[in-house]
Amino acid sequence: MDFFLLGELAINGALVGLMYALVAAGITLIYKTSGLANLAQGAIAMMGAYLTWAVASGLGAPMALAVVLALVMMFVVGLLIERLALRRMAGQPVIMAIMLTLGLEIMLRGLLPGVFGSAVKRLDVGIPQAPVFAGEFLINRATLYGGVISAVVIIISMLIFNSRFGVFMRAVSDDQTASWSVGIRVERAIAVAWGLAAVTATVAGILWGSNQGVDWSLSLLLIKALAIAILGGLDSIPGVLVAGLIVGVAESLATGIFDPIVGGGTRDVVASVIILLTLLIKPHGLFGREHIERV
Amino acid sequence: MFYRRAGIRHTTYRSERQLWPLPFDRTLVALIFALLVVAPLLVGDLYLAGYLLPWVIWSTAALGLNFLMGGAGQIHLGYGAVMAIGAYTSVHLVRAGTPLEIAMIGGGLASAAIGIVFGAAALRVKGLYLAMATLAMQYIVDFVISHVPAISGGTQATIQVPPVRFLGVPVVGNAATYYMALAVGTIVTLFMLNIKRTSLGRALAAVREKDYAAEVIGVGTLRYKLLAFWISSFIGGVVGAVLAVCYLRSVSPDQFHIELSIQLVAMVIVGGLGSILGSFFGAALILFAPIVFNNIIGGLSDALALPISTDLRAHVPLVLYGALIIGFLLWEPLGLAKIYANVRDYFLVWPFRHARR
Repeated sequence: MDFFLLGELAINGALVGLMYALVAAGITLIYKTSGLANLAQGAIAMMGAYLTWAVASGLGAPMALAVVLALVMMFVVGLLIERLALRRMAGQPVIMAIMLTLGLEIMLRGLLPGVFGSAVKRLDVGIPQAPVFAGEFLINRATLYGGVISAVVIIISMLIFNSRFGVFMRAVSDDQTASWSVGIRVERAIAVAWGLAAVTATVAGILWGSNQGVDWSLSLLLIKALAIAILGGLDSIPGVLVAGLIVGVAESLATGIFDPIVGGGTRDVVASVIILLTLLIKPHGLFGREHIERV
Repeated sequence: MFYRRAGIRHTTYRSERQLWPLPFDRTLVALIFALLVVAPLLVGDLYLAGYLLPWVIWSTAALGLNFLMGGAGQIHLGYGAVMAIGAYTSVHLVRAGTPLEIAMIGGGLASAAIGIVFGAAALRVKGLYLAMATLAMQYIVDFVISHVPAISGGTQATIQVPPVRFLGVPVVGNAATYYMALAVGTIVTLFMLNIKRTSLGRALAAVREKDYAAEVIGVGTLRYKLLAFWISSFIGGVVGAVLAVCYLRSVSPDQFHIELSIQLVAMVIVGGLGSILGSFFGAALILFAPIVFNNIIGGLSDALALPISTDLRAHVPLVLYGALIIGFLLWEPLGLAKIYANVRDYFLVWPFRHARR
């Protein structure tokens, strides 16, 4: 195993990790405002990719327009999910709300391939296929573009968190009743968090869809995103960025090193191992706040 | 309908605390159990092997999961993996020459031992993390089983279950396998019915309702959570063995994937968290609703010549599971068991509605 191959694996892995982190950013957004983990995030990413494909090839719209339309539609979908389902779960145990998002994940995973057909769809957003050479390293152009776009979107969402609206969202995550009493519209903050999470998931879905085609397997992004969100501490956007790089590099290196030994399939289990190790060693992640439960 | 509580006066605590205080309920349970016992004589082989047998097995599995989710309030998204461990362990034990009964116990013990490790990892933090840890368990166990040739015999391999005897009766043919599954199901059901009346059941209820309150009154939270994990995983392992021996007859890794776990979680939620009757209802609905729904769609598309694609029909089960979970959580969080209880309570005192307690 020579140095260049490892370096190449690490660079490409880091870029892929950034693309995973984009899905995780949505989970973190929702966790920060409403305190529940959205297990439907993978399916929402898949839905965004399907919608983009449907608008582009079904209506024959140009790709740029299709992407914008899909982002707007998914923002509305995010708002609707919150309004129609999650808001009604207010006051119920948080585990019930999590199971509701699990139900949503299962339903979308069946509904979209069922309606649009389960064959892999080609989603061409105009990223050329030829690899990029950076010195000696060979970098996949699709992941390079994807990683950069993901990093930009994550940084934008970090900026949103530092804006006036972000302060609202952080206040809501801190104490819903207290934010209510000082005049913050709690429902609106949570709804917008869902909308933004759906938008970031859609960007990720489009990037992955253009990379590997659009089908139900896009919803498997969920487990990687969960690993990143937990490693990053669930409530920290910078944590998502760092954890995304770690998970991406770990996955890529593990695939490169162990796959020849055990005969493939390592890629899918790295995320699970990272989840388990994080829970065993540092349950609150790298950047998470340690919550002290009130009695 | 008659006023069924008429003339029933409990004079001892014993009689009031029995499982079914009303004679009507006792008769109903006895009747249904008798029907299940004579079912091989009543229904054809197709219905016995295709409907009743999976219903009994999946209900038992749902009971095991419900013990954890409803009884102790811990979420588990990797129950399929727990069953896989039990199935593989017991099949390997049987192939090594162990009697089936001991192999089943061995499978249960193996599931419990591995399941408790993943539970312990997550119990330091809250339920949210438990969901993630058990999800991770599902993927890790899947990976290990399919990638260790000593367990699965290779990625694509299936392992045949050799001919076995259960309590001296050879498990061949539909009736014998059905009776074996029914026997295990009955034992688990009786265990579940009675556990609520023991100190363990009450301790688990305390932990479920508020863990620090339980700790304050002297119930060791971590200990009981781990115990609940252990028992539930043990049941899961035994049911996995039953599933392998009675239903699948040959095990391969893809039979225990995340889909099985999702199916079981859906059964528990749809049936009703913490309800024994609900586990049976939930298993029936989740197993048979997709079949019925698919037939309806097929009939409609034939009759009205609707262009319904095979893709859509293939995905009906997933859509239905998801929709049922969402629907029940939103509109009837206590599940089918609660709907049954409402109907039963209404007719229990009919027509003297004022007598309802």
